[in-house]
Amino acid sequence: MTSQTKQTEMLSGAAMVIRALADEGVEYLYGYPGGAVLHIYDALFQQTKVKHVLVRHEQAATHMADAYARASGKAGVVLVTSGPGATNAVTGIATAYMDSIPMVVLTGQVMSHLIGDDAFQETDMLGISRPICKHNMSVRRPQDIPAIIKKAFYIAQSGRPGPVVIDIPKDMTIPSQTFAYHYPSEVKLRSYQPKLKGHSGQIKKAVTALLAAKKPILYAGGGVIMGGASHELTELAQLLNLPVTNTLMGLGCYPASDKQFIGMLGMHGSFEANQTMHHADLILAVGARFDDRVTNNTKKFCPDATIIHIDIDPASISKTINAHIPIVGLVQPVLTEMLELLKQKKKKLDASAMKKWWQQIEEWRAVHGGRYDDAAPLLKPQYVIEQLSKITHGNAYVCSDVGQHQMFAAQYYGFNKPNRWINSGGLGTMGFGLPAAMGVKLNYPDADVVCVTGEGSIQMNIQELSTCKQYGLGVKIINLNNGYLGMVKQWQDMNYESRYASSYMDSLPDFVKLAEAYGHVGIRVTEPEQLIPALERAFALKDRLVFLDIHIDPKEHVYPMQIPGGSMNDMFLSKTERT
Amino acid sequence: MRHIISVLLENESGALARLVGLFAQRGYNIDSLTVAPTEDATLSRLTLVTHGNDQVIEQITKQLHKLIEVVKLTDLNDAPHLERELMLIKVKASGATRDEVKRCADIFRGQIIDVTASTYTVQLVGTSDKLDAFIQALAGTAILEVVRSGVSGIARGEKTLAL
Repeated sequence: MTSQTKQTEMLSGAAMVIRALADEGVEYLYGYPGGAVLHIYDALFQQTKVKHVLVRHEQAATHMADAYARASGKAGVVLVTSGPGATNAVTGIATAYMDSIPMVVLTGQVMSHLIGDDAFQETDMLGISRPICKHNMSVRRPQDIPAIIKKAFYIAQSGRPGPVVIDIPKDMTIPSQTFAYHYPSEVKLRSYQPKLKGHSGQIKKAVTALLAAKKPILYAGGGVIMGGASHELTELAQLLNLPVTNTLMGLGCYPASDKQFIGMLGMHGSFEANQTMHHADLILAVGARFDDRVTNNTKKFCPDATIIHIDIDPASISKTINAHIPIVGLVQPVLTEMLELLKQKKKKLDASAMKKWWQQIEEWRAVHGGRYDDAAPLLKPQYVIEQLSKITHGNAYVCSDVGQHQMFAAQYYGFNKPNRWINSGGLGTMGFGLPAAMGVKLNYPDADVVCVTGEGSIQMNIQELSTCKQYGLGVKIINLNNGYLGMVKQWQDMNYESRYASSYMDSLPDFVKLAEAYGHVGIRVTEPEQLIPALERAFALKDRLVFLDIHIDPKEHVYPMQIPGGSMNDMFLSKTERT
Repeated sequence: MRHIISVLLENESGALARLVGLFAQRGYNIDSLTVAPTEDATLSRLTLVTHGNDQVIEQITKQLHKLIEVVKLTDLNDAPHLERELMLIKVKASGATRDEVKRCADIFRGQIIDVTASTYTVQLVGTSDKLDAFIQALAGTAILEVVRSGVSGIARGEKTLAL
C-alpha cells in the first residue's frame, strides 16, 4: 500500500501527542494533570497503548522516567502541566542532564496568545530549562507535533544523551481541530550530527600506547553503561589483564566480583583504585569525564600518566585534564575497533612489568580493602549493604538517594551487571531514590528493586508511598536511619569541630507506622541480630512494598576519603589514619 | 587572547538566547556580539568577540558546537581574516572644535552624517582598534554619545563559512 492510497489519519494536537508516543514505542508516561494539559490527558484516556502513572509530585515523575532510562537505555517520558507542574519537574530534568540520561519531558503551557502576559500558571519553561537540558522546543503549529516529538527522542537518545523538553501551549491541543498525522521514521538535522565511529588513526595510536604501558589502568564511567559497551570493555580488560576502576556512574560496567576490579575511584574510592590511578603510567579513560569528585586537585592529578580518553562528547575531552590521545566516538564501536586491532597484533603488555604492577596493586589492596569496624555493638551501614547484596545475590536494581548511604551502597554492594546501580551522581539529588526504584519496578516487575536511602533523603519524596500503593510497586526500602544528615555531619566532624549545624533531625516520624498508614509493610531493625531475618521477610513478601527502618551507628563515617586539595592518593583511611 | 568566533545559527526562536546563556552559564566572556540573518533566511550569522586562554577558547568552541542550533562555526583567528566595526559618534561641534572634529573625521576617513548648529554625528568603519583610536583623538572634544555595532568578521581569501 502506498502512502497515496492509505487514508490520511486526522488527529487533534492532543491525540497526536499520545499517538506519537505510542508510535515511538513508549509504554509508560509519568505525570500529573493540570489545566494546560487537560486536552492531552483526555486523549490519553481514550486509548490503551500508552499507560499513565499518576505520581504525587511532579519531581517523582521525572525521577521515575529517568530511572527507567538508566535501567533500559531508552528515554523515559514525562507529562506535566504548566507553571508549578513544570517547575516541580526542574530538579528531575537537571538530575538527568548532569548524568546524561535520555528523557523527553512534555510541559503544558498557557495558550499562545496569553504567553508573556503573566497568565495563570504561566512560567517561561523554555527559559528555565534551557541551561539544564540537552535541548528544548516549543510547539507553534499543531501539525508539527509528530515531527517535534520524533526530533526530541532522536536528540535525547543519540550522541551524549540527555533530557529534551517540549513546551506545548494549550491551544496546540484543542480536540476539535484536527490535522493530518504522519509520524516520521527518521530525523535528519543539518546542525546536529553526532559522531559515531572514532578516528581510526587515533585508535591505532591508542593501541600502540596501551601496549607499551608498564603500569596501565582502565578508568570506566557511566558512558560505558549508557553506551551499552560493558561487554567490550570487559573483554578488553581481560585480554590485557588491566586493572579496572569504575566511577560512581560506571559501577556495574565491569563485574565487581572479578579479581581485576579494584573498586570505585575518587573522593570515596578504594585505597587501591586511587593509588593505582595516581601511580599509573597510562590511563585508558572510557566514557568518564574526570570530574572534580574523581580527580581531587587537578594540578596534582596522576603526574606520570599518558591519558587516552574515549568519549562521545568532544567537550568532555581535555576539559579538566588534558588528554594525550583523544578519541571522540561512541564507546562501543571504538572499543570494538581497539579489540580487533589488538587481536590482529597478537601482542600483550610486557609480562614482567604487568606482574610487578599487579603485585603492587595487591599490596595496596591489602592496606584497606574496604575494612570497617564490625566489632561495635551497633549496626554498621556497611554490614547492612553487604547482607543486602547477599540476600539479593548481587542482582538487585539498587536505587539510591544521596548521602552516606549512597557511598556505602556504591562501595559494598558489588555490582556485577550494568544498569543495576541507579543513583544521582552528578547533581546529587536527595529524594531521587524512591521514585527511581518505582520507575524500575514498574518496568521490571519480576526483579528485586531496592531503594537504599536515609531518613533525610526518604522524606524528600515520601509522598510517593501512595503512588506505590496505587500501582502495586513492591519496592524494598532500606532506610539507613542514623538520625542525622550523615554526610553533612561527617563534614562537620571533619571540618567544623563537630558543630552539627542543622544536621540533626528531631521529631522523625515512626516510619513503620507511616508505611502501614500508606498500606505497606513496615519493619524496624534496631539490633544487629534482627537484620537478616528482617531482610528475609522483606524479600519473601514478593509483591509488597516493605519499608525497613534500620537504626544504624550514627557515628559512622565513609572511608576512604580523599583529602581536599591533595592528589588522588591523599586519603583519610579512618578517623585516625591517613596516607 | 582575543578571538573572533563566527557562527552560523539556525534562525529559530530561542537559538540566540541559548547561545548567550551558554556564555553566562559557563562564565565565558562576551566582548561584543553581532547577529543578523544571512542571504539564506533559515540561517543567522553571528560574530562573537571573546577572550581567554587556549583551553578556554577550545571549550567555548566545543560547547558552542554542542548547541543543537549551531550549524557551523569557525575561530577566525585560526587564519588571516578581516574585521570591521561600525561606530556612530555624536560630538559637540561648536566654536574652534567644529573644524577640529571635521579634520579628525577626515583623517580617520569618517563621514559626518548628521549636522546641527552645535553637533556633528560621525560614522566610522574600521577595526575596533581604529575606532578606539578615533575616540582617543577626540579626547579634547565633548563626546555626547557613542554607538558601536560590535565586530563583524570574515576570512580572507577563498575560505568561507557557509553550508
